[in-house]
Amino acid sequence: MAEKLTAEQVTQLEDRARSVRRNIVKMVTEANSGHPGGSLSAADILVTLYFAEMKVDPKNPNDPERDRFVLCKGHAAPVLYATLCEKGFLPEEELLTLRKINSRLQGHPSMKDLPGVDMSTGSLGQGLSAANGMALASKLDGRSNRIFAVLGDGELEEGMVWEAAMFAGHYKLDNVTAFVDFNGLQIDGPVAEVMSPLPIPEKWAAFGWNVIEIDGHDINAIYDAIQTAKTVKGQPTVIVAHTVKGKGVCQMENVADWHGKAPTKEECQLFLGELDD
Amino acid sequence: MGKATREAYGDALRDVGAELKDIVVLDADLSKSTKTNVFAKAHPERFFNVGIAEQNLMGTAAGLAAAGKIPFVSTFAMFAAGRAFEQVRNSICYPKLNVKIAATHAGLTVGEDGASHQAIEDISLMRSIPNMTVIVPADAAEARRAVEFAAKYKGPVYLRLGRSSVPDLFDDSYVFEHGKAVQLADGTDLTIIATGIMVAPAKKAAEELAAEGIKARVLNIHTIKPIDKDAVAKAAKETGAIVTCEEHSVIGGLGSAVAEVVVETTPVPMERVGVKDTFGESGKPDELLKKYNLTTADIVKAAKVVLARK
Repeated sequence: MAEKLTAEQVTQLEDRARSVRRNIVKMVTEANSGHPGGSLSAADILVTLYFAEMKVDPKNPNDPERDRFVLCKGHAAPVLYATLCEKGFLPEEELLTLRKINSRLQGHPSMKDLPGVDMSTGSLGQGLSAANGMALASKLDGRSNRIFAVLGDGELEEGMVWEAAMFAGHYKLDNVTAFVDFNGLQIDGPVAEVMSPLPIPEKWAAFGWNVIEIDGHDINAIYDAIQTAKTVKGQPTVIVAHTVKGKGVCQMENVADWHGKAPTKEECQLFLGELDD
Repeated sequence: MGKATREAYGDALRDVGAELKDIVVLDADLSKSTKTNVFAKAHPERFFNVGIAEQNLMGTAAGLAAAGKIPFVSTFAMFAAGRAFEQVRNSICYPKLNVKIAATHAGLTVGEDGASHQAIEDISLMRSIPNMTVIVPADAAEARRAVEFAAKYKGPVYLRLGRSSVPDLFDDSYVFEHGKAVQLADGTDLTIIATGIMVAPAKKAAEELAAEGIKARVLNIHTIKPIDKDAVAKAAKETGAIVTCEEHSVIGGLGSAVAEVVVETTPVPMERVGVKDTFGESGKPDELLKKYNLTTADIVKAAKVVLARK
C-alpha cells in the first residue's frame, strides 16, 4: 500500500495551491492577457506534482535524472510559472513580466528561455508525444525517473494526441503519467457541444492505458492516483481529473469566457480577496 | 549509376549508430523504403516504428532529444516537411532540439506514386524555420558524409534524400564541409549552381557548354541553409550570371536562396531551373525530369538565356 499524505501535508499543499492561484490572477491581470481559467483548474495537480512527488531541483534544473513535466496545454503557462516560482525556479517579482517584451515568461512555455520548463509547448496536441520521447529515453538509459504530462480536455480533439496515446500504449511506457484537466470548457463553449471528446476514460482505455478518475481538486485523490500509477507496470496511466475551470474564483468558475481573458485591476482585487490566506 | 542517396543513408546510419550509442531511429512504417531498416537490423534495441503517424514521429523525437538522445527520424519528404511541418517547427526547431530529419523520396523522382507523394516544396518549408539546417546531398558519398556530420552537429537538421539511383560524383575520400559550396568546375562566363540530383546534369551541362566555348563554373550547394554566401557572391561577381538547378519548386528552394544572396550582394542576371509552380504526375523518373524540364539540355538552354541577358 502506497503511503498517504498526512493532514498537515495536505494543508500545506492547499496553502501552496492558493498561493499559486493568487499569482495566476496577479500575473494575468498585469499582462492584461493570458489564460486564467485553465490555469486555475490545473493548480492543484501541478502543486501536488511539484511539492509531493516530482524530484526536481531548482539548483540543478537540467539534471538528467530528474522527473520531467510537460504542460501539453501550454496556454496554462501561468500555472506552470507560478508553481515553478513557488518551487524556487524564479523570483516572485519576475511573474509580473509574463507576456512582456524580453521576458523569460513567454505567453506559452519556452524551455530555452526558462530553466525548469522541460518542453516548449503551446500548439495543442504535441506535448504528449514529447513526454513519450522522454519516457522512451529513460527506458533506454535504464533511468527510474518519471514523466508527467497535463493535457486539456479540449486538447483531446487534436488527432495527434491519439497518435501519442497509441504509441505509449504500444511501447508500454509505464513511466508516463498523463493528466487530463477535465474542466469541460473550451474557448467556444462546453467541450461536449463544440466537438465532443467524450467519453474520455473509455477512449484512453481503448488505447491501452490504465485509467484513474478523480476529483482534480482533491489533493489526497491526486496524490493517491499518482502513487497508484507508479505501481502499474507495462501500461501508461492517465488520470482523468474532473476539475472546475476558474477554480477558486467564484466569478470565473465554469465560465468559458474566462478561458483567455484577463481580469481588470478592480476584478483582480476582488478575486484576490477570495483567495486570501 | 551509383546508389540512391537513401541507400547511402541507411548504410551510414547503421555505421554511425555503432559509434554513437545515443542515436535512436524512428520511422513511420516506411523503413524498407527509407532504409532505416538497415539500422534496425544492426541495432534493433534503438529502432522504433511509430506507425503511420508522422506528427507523433516528430513529437516523440523532440522528447528523445530533450532527454539527451540523438534521434534520426525518417519518412517520405512529403510527410516529414509537409504533414508534420508544424511539429517540426514548434516541437523541434523552436526549442532547438537535436533531431535529425532524414526525408527520403523527395522531388519528382519518386516517380510512379505521382504528385501526392512528390515533395517539391520541402526545401522551401524547412529553410524558412529558424534554427533549421537544410542539407541536400548530390550522391551516395556525399549523403554518407552528411549523415556523419548531422549525427555530430548539435541542432535540428533536415536531410533531403532521393529514391532513385544517381551517378557517383565523389569517392570515399570526400570531405563534407558544412555550409561550404563545392566547386566542381571553374569558368568565367556564368556559374551553374545545383543541389541534390541536379548536380550531375549541371556538371554535364558545363561540359556541353565548354564544347561550344562557353566557360561555366559549377557549384554544388549541399547545404542550402546556411547557404555559402561567399561562394555565391563571388560567383556573381566573377562570372556575372547564374543558373540554379534543383529538383524542387522554383519558389522558395535553392533558386530563391541563391537569389536572396545575389540581390543583396552582387545583382546579376539569373535563371532558375526547377519545377515551375506546378504539381508533378505519375511516370518514370527520367520521363518526369524530361517533361518538367530538369535535364542537362534544360540547363544548357537556361545558360544561354542568362548569357543573353548579361
